[in-house]
Amino acid sequence: MAKGRIEVLEQYCKSCGLCVAACPVKVLRISEKTNAKGYRPVEQFKEGCIGCAMCATTCPDAAIEVFKIQE
Amino acid sequence: MSEVKVYERPKSWMPNVSSHYCPGCGHGIAHRLVCEVIDELGIQNDTIGVAPVGCAAMIYDYMDTDYCEAPHGRAPAVATGLKTVRPDKIVYTYQGDGDLASIGMGEIVHAANRGQNITVIFINNAIYGMTGGQMAPTTLLGQKATTCPLGRDAKVNGYPIRVSEMLATLPAPGYITRVTVAQPKYIIKAKQAIKKAFQNQVEGKGFSLVEVLSSCPTNWGMRPVEAFDWLISSMMPYYPLGDFKDFD
Amino acid sequence: MGRVLMKGTEAIAEAAIQAGCKYFFGYPITPQNEIPEYMSAHLPEVGGVYVQAESEVASINMVLGGGATGYRVMTSSSSPGISLMSEGISYIAGCEIPAVIVNVMRAGPGLGGILPGQADYLQATKGGGNGDYNLIVLAPSTLQECVDLTQLAFDLAQKYRNPVMVAADGFMGQMMEAVEIKPSPTKDQPADPTWALGFMEERGGKRSHLHSLFLAPEPLEEHNRKLQKKYGAMKAAEQRCECYHMEDAELLIAAYGTTARISRSAVNNLRAEGLKVGMIRPVTLWPYPYDAFKTIPSTVKNILVAEMNAGQMVDDVKVATGCRYPVSFYGRTGGFAPSVKEIEDECRRILAL
Ligand SMILES: Cc1ncc(C[n+]2csc(CCOP(=O)(O)OP(=O)(O)O)c2C)c(N)n1
Ligand code: SF4
Ligand code: SF4
Ligand code: SF4
Ligand SMILES: [Mg+2]
Repeated sequence: MAKGRIEVLEQYCKSCGLCVAACPVKVLRISEKTNAKGYRPVEQFKEGCIGCAMCATTCPDAAIEVFKIQE
Repeated sequence: MSEVKVYERPKSWMPNVSSHYCPGCGHGIAHRLVCEVIDELGIQNDTIGVAPVGCAAMIYDYMDTDYCEAPHGRAPAVATGLKTVRPDKIVYTYQGDGDLASIGMGEIVHAANRGQNITVIFINNAIYGMTGGQMAPTTLLGQKATTCPLGRDAKVNGYPIRVSEMLATLPAPGYITRVTVAQPKYIIKAKQAIKKAFQNQVEGKGFSLVEVLSSCPTNWGMRPVEAFDWLISSMMPYYPLGDFKDFD
Repeated sequence: MGRVLMKGTEAIAEAAIQAGCKYFFGYPITPQNEIPEYMSAHLPEVGGVYVQAESEVASINMVLGGGATGYRVMTSSSSPGISLMSEGISYIAGCEIPAVIVNVMRAGPGLGGILPGQADYLQATKGGGNGDYNLIVLAPSTLQECVDLTQLAFDLAQKYRNPVMVAADGFMGQMMEAVEIKPSPTKDQPADPTWALGFMEERGGKRSHLHSLFLAPEPLEEHNRKLQKKYGAMKAAEQRCECYHMEDAELLIAAYGTTARISRSAVNNLRAEGLKVGMIRPVTLWPYPYDAFKTIPSTVKNILVAEMNAGQMVDDVKVATGCRYPVSFYGRTGGFAPSVKEIEDECRRILAL
């Protein structure tokens, strides 16, 4: 399985949950933190990201950057 | 072990700004796709956008290209003026369904009918978003809106307009397609369509319109994920995806 | 090109081309159809483009987009068409886009008739569209002036980044007279890349966005302050007025456009009879030529406003003269112009009071 990693640009996240629903391996969730706008930014809460970028593809606020890890 | 970035914020997306759109609104996805396409085609310095009146009225705050405001519905006429004087520039409009299919129906039909070499991104969210959820020309039968609280009734309000199908009956426009931003698999196709619609203009082919089925979680009274589920189950049967016209 | 006999509408069209206007957007309406017809025939000869819009709503917004590139664009119409353009004109002013609009006025209200009128005076000078904005409004009274003011309109539009209206009337548009149309010295004036759209590369990647929308009150008030400052500069620098036999006049006729032409003949005839009548003729209906009204000599006892409407300029004359004179009005509507004799009779009546 391919390996990946995401970076959430927390200041832009609006906790809409679209990425959470889009992630095929269900590694995302809305966190308990709050950002400057009062939203709870999304976070990766467990291992297993495959770097597919489905989360970024669906994010209306371009709040996720995605990396693929090559062995 | 090494890392490659497979997704980053588009270059033509205004740096350091957060949009005013409600959480999970489809406008943001459509904006992002337009930015990605502008970046990939390398046309940022040559693009002039025309803003609508609607939730996307301040689109110029998010897209780092030249931009011009249009009165409600008149973006295709403004774009015609821009493109007539500057045929060397890439001119596109970004319009909602109230803007394009109601008050601006005349302007879009005639711009299409002239085969104007412009690109139109048409956001169909079946509602007047900005003014607070009134019935749009695209509101589905039975769908509730603040000005049809019991649901749209064909006898009183007529039927929702299928803009793409209607414009495709004209001989002049070249590329007319309907896509959606409801889920990643559709978003990937939506981006291909938007890219093609810009590429057509770059190649001087003529009028291209991409109708994007989008959501308005706020005025539909749904959570963002639920809104896209409703789009797929209720809007898509009435507004089928696909190409209605293509140059090739 | 020497002096040639031309119809007013065609003279306006050729003057615009000689002023470097290469893009025309319009919709047919009598009595100005010769302007779009002339443009459709002659713009291609200079590498320009004529676009027949689907409505005046569309033509003014094509002008908005075309003008946003900083190049010289125009539209022309007649009264009902200008009403439809009002929203676009307000946006053009709000977005600070240069544009030239010709109104060959006809009689109203509503569909009215196709015969001449001046009943769009208030619409042109006091608004028409929404919000605090002003147009520069130029009123020619000869065909040579149609030519000169059309060319001036392009200069002023670019100078102030503001819409400029040439308010002619059906008589001006349809009559024939000898005119000389020279290429304007500013014919090839390039677009100003500091603000015009389409020059992002030239600005080193810095974009320009033209808009009148400011949702927060502070920036909107700031925008309005900026516009008012500009209108103030126009008021200071752009008033134009002709004073004809004003120096010793006892009765002064205030008139513009075709009515001024008729009034001039009346003044000449009455002067030949030894009656001290003069004329003050605003050329800019906005900015109103207050400065010229301040020079009215102490000999003047009465002012007669003559127009092809029901008295739309009367209040401006009263304000411009500080209500120091009795102001009477003579006008015709419905497509009639006052005759020279009617104006003479009205002058005699006032002088006998
Ligand atoms: C001439 C005019 N009429 C009405 C309005 C009010 N208005 C602003 S936005 C809007 C509806 C926009 O709906 P839509 O085009 O569907 O865009 P959305 O907000 O849904 O993206 C209306 C009616 C206006 N600004 N101008
Ligand atoms: S890149 Fe793919 S796997 Fe990783 S978090 Fe995003 S959607 Fe999930
Ligand atoms: S889709 Fe974007 S805005 Fe929505 S929760 Fe995920 S990261 Fe946040
Ligand atoms: S009102 Fe609707 S369309 Fe407008 S930003 Fe909110 S969700 Fe989007
Ligand atoms: Mg809408």
